[in-house]
Amino acid sequence: MATFKDFRNNVKPNWCPGCGDFSVQAAIQRASANVGLEPEELAVVSGIGCSGRISGYINSYGFHGIHGRSLPIAQGVKMANKDLTVIASGGDGDGFAIGMGHTIHAIRRNINITYIVMDNQIYGLTKGQTSPRSSTGFKTKSTPEGSIEQAISPMEMALTAGATFVAQSFSTDLKDLTALIEQGIQHDGFSLINVFSPCVTYNKINTYDWFKANLTKLKDIEGYDSSNREQAMQTLMKHDGLVTGLIYQNTERKSYQEMLHGYSETPLAKADLNLDQAYFDKLVEEFM
Amino acid sequence: MVKQLSWKVGGQQGEGIESTGEIFSIALNRLGYYLYGYRHFSSRIKGGHTNNKIRVSTSQTRSVADDLDVLVAFDQETIDVNYKELHDGGIILADAKFNPEKPEDTNALLLSVPFTQMATDLGTSLMKNMVAVGSTCAVLNLDVEVFKEVVEEIFARKGQAVVDKNMEAIKAGYDTTVEQLGKTDGLMQLDEADGKKRMFMIGNDAIALGALAAGSRFMAAYPITPASEIMEYLIKKLPELGGTVIQTEDEIAAATMAIGANYAGVRAFTASAGPGLSLKMESIGLAGITETPLVIVDTQRGGPSTGLPTKQEQSDLMAMIYGTHGEIPKIVLAPSTVQEAFYDTAEAFNLAEEYQCPVIVLSDLQLSLGKQTVEPLNFNEVEIRRGKLQDDLPEIDSKEYFKRYEVTEDGVSPRVIPGMKYGIHHVTGVEHDQSGKPSESAANRIQQMDKRFRKIENVKFNTPVYKNAPHEEADLLLVGFISTRGAIEEAITRLEADGLKVNHAHIRLIHPFPTDELMPLVASAKKVVVVENNATGQLANIIKMNVGYANKIIKYNKYDGNPFLPHEIHTKCKELF
Repeated sequence: MATFKDFRNNVKPNWCPGCGDFSVQAAIQRASANVGLEPEELAVVSGIGCSGRISGYINSYGFHGIHGRSLPIAQGVKMANKDLTVIASGGDGDGFAIGMGHTIHAIRRNINITYIVMDNQIYGLTKGQTSPRSSTGFKTKSTPEGSIEQAISPMEMALTAGATFVAQSFSTDLKDLTALIEQGIQHDGFSLINVFSPCVTYNKINTYDWFKANLTKLKDIEGYDSSNREQAMQTLMKHDGLVTGLIYQNTERKSYQEMLHGYSETPLAKADLNLDQAYFDKLVEEFM
Repeated sequence: MVKQLSWKVGGQQGEGIESTGEIFSIALNRLGYYLYGYRHFSSRIKGGHTNNKIRVSTSQTRSVADDLDVLVAFDQETIDVNYKELHDGGIILADAKFNPEKPEDTNALLLSVPFTQMATDLGTSLMKNMVAVGSTCAVLNLDVEVFKEVVEEIFARKGQAVVDKNMEAIKAGYDTTVEQLGKTDGLMQLDEADGKKRMFMIGNDAIALGALAAGSRFMAAYPITPASEIMEYLIKKLPELGGTVIQTEDEIAAATMAIGANYAGVRAFTASAGPGLSLKMESIGLAGITETPLVIVDTQRGGPSTGLPTKQEQSDLMAMIYGTHGEIPKIVLAPSTVQEAFYDTAEAFNLAEEYQCPVIVLSDLQLSLGKQTVEPLNFNEVEIRRGKLQDDLPEIDSKEYFKRYEVTEDGVSPRVIPGMKYGIHHVTGVEHDQSGKPSESAANRIQQMDKRFRKIENVKFNTPVYKNAPHEEADLLLVGFISTRGAIEEAITRLEADGLKVNHAHIRLIHPFPTDELMPLVASAKKVVVVENNATGQLANIIKMNVGYANKIIKYNKYDGNPFLPHEIHTKCKELF
């Protein structure tokens, strides 16, 4: 059986020292081993940005696509081969700006993949512009007077879009993050895990210390029930979204592929491509 | 007796104009006639003039007719807009309901028939279309019984009573019109057809069938005119084969989802029209640099932007060849008939896997939506070839990547799909080395670019140019692509009758351009006229660029939203001599 070391490759990440993404990488590697995957059974699809490089830093099948489109690529992979474990990942710009349309619809569609967002509230790779997760007043190269836009609340948004698995974590909580990714992989449906992953170079506000001072762990809230959507929403609103842990999980709704009419039991990628002549003749007859 | 005639039904959109044409066509197709339809419609659901022009012939035709024999009108606008197409002796069958008036400058015969009234008397005004079909039967001396089978099929679900009522409506239309004409043998009569069973379909049906025959089991698409029929057909059929269609949130998701599915080993594709293709461009570049097979259908319509969404145009050509930023290998096919749309779509999936690049199947509105009689499709002609897709891999060190982008002589690298042991590799839209790892080295860049372009140096495609070139030395070479084929063929028949020697070349492999195939025909013709539905002569420019002979290439462009008519091409070419 594979261990987390088998999910390491010999590529050195080009992230800045201290970047939160290192922990996300480690958590994915550990979670994959913990759920019993072999490297070839995992496909990591990523977007563009610092965090988008992650698909190249894990010893598994990896697809580094285009900006904002990791989710449709990942859903295509899963539709083609439902036996693969598919993880999509990218940054907050990738998922909540240019790719927001896909995020909302992937949530609605509920195909069984796990989406891990590395949320640093800034555009790092382009050297420090505002992101849809930047707080109002946040000064960046593109908002020299401070951002006057409202930041997106991705967890609340996910709940309203009908998400069946919503979780949030902090990159330094490696143990909790690993456990959440395992749960996400095992969840039968779309799982969204937003990870606060500080940018040590361009975000001097939302730092490791800032998160430590402001985050509340859901497991410390007495009576928190992650199957209660209403409580999840209230808790998020009360804490301005700054909570970590499993926020909400709906285990009753079936995944897209389970509900799909006629969907093959064997992965489509292994299906016989040849049509039966009699079936083709029937199709032709319908046009006569 | 005539060998062919042209019939048109018109009215307000949403009045059942299309179904009237459909019933008329299916019945005649089953008698063995060749049908060719053209729908004039607008980008709205209810209201606005619409018409369906159908050519009926005892031999194959692939063009809208120059003129019109019978016009069925449900409103005055239909008469006013279309009467000029009627030749002398043409007939207008108009609903008495709107007190039809015949324009002064026509010799056509106007018969005012109470379509709506008779239908209402029989139970519902909805059946006015059936009355009109019956009225047409009287004019063409057709037995109303030929419609019985079609009516039964269409209304079977609603019960025998509805079937009977509709047949009664057809009979009523027939009887009244016979009474008005004062005779039973009609005004014009078609030669008898051969009675052979043939398919009656639109190009989009053939594209969808081609995808099925090629083993495609997954489609991701976003609704758009004139491509939606492809996804609508496949969502009915794919679940029978274990596959499906996903209607995505947008065009970009459709392209990228298809890329993901192809990467994972399924023959997936997407289909759209101009606006959708514009949105897919970045994805096409991704498929190009990651060498992921990807089939995309572009059913061209009037551009730019929303343009003329329900009208004919062929103006995406340059965008399909060169579109996406940067440079990638790409193959662009352009079927010119419904049969070719079937075979070329099926072949596109082979080419995409053999050359590991995007393959665009370029259609146009008239091919995609023009409903027509189609000679039998030969399923056995469809091959499935998957190129260098590997099914067995040698053991490698677990930390070494499989060389997915290995530099090879023909440029094509071995391909594996996720899930295979010893096949792990990285795929990225960033320039990468042979194992898929990002690389900015100048030497690697050149090596990978050269490797990718080497792939399409010798694209093998069955018929890159359709040729009908009986003359070694021709006065004229006519060149076109996609749906202009029928109109060009008819124009050539007339030009030859005028004494000119005319060759015809229809380009089916647009890119890489089949220069060697076309060159001799261009060289041996005195003049070359390139017929295309766009304003700038995109195909003509491509030919000038690849073949040369710029001084003898004449552009004949039509960009008013309508297909070419044979007489237009005939007239234009005659003027040159």
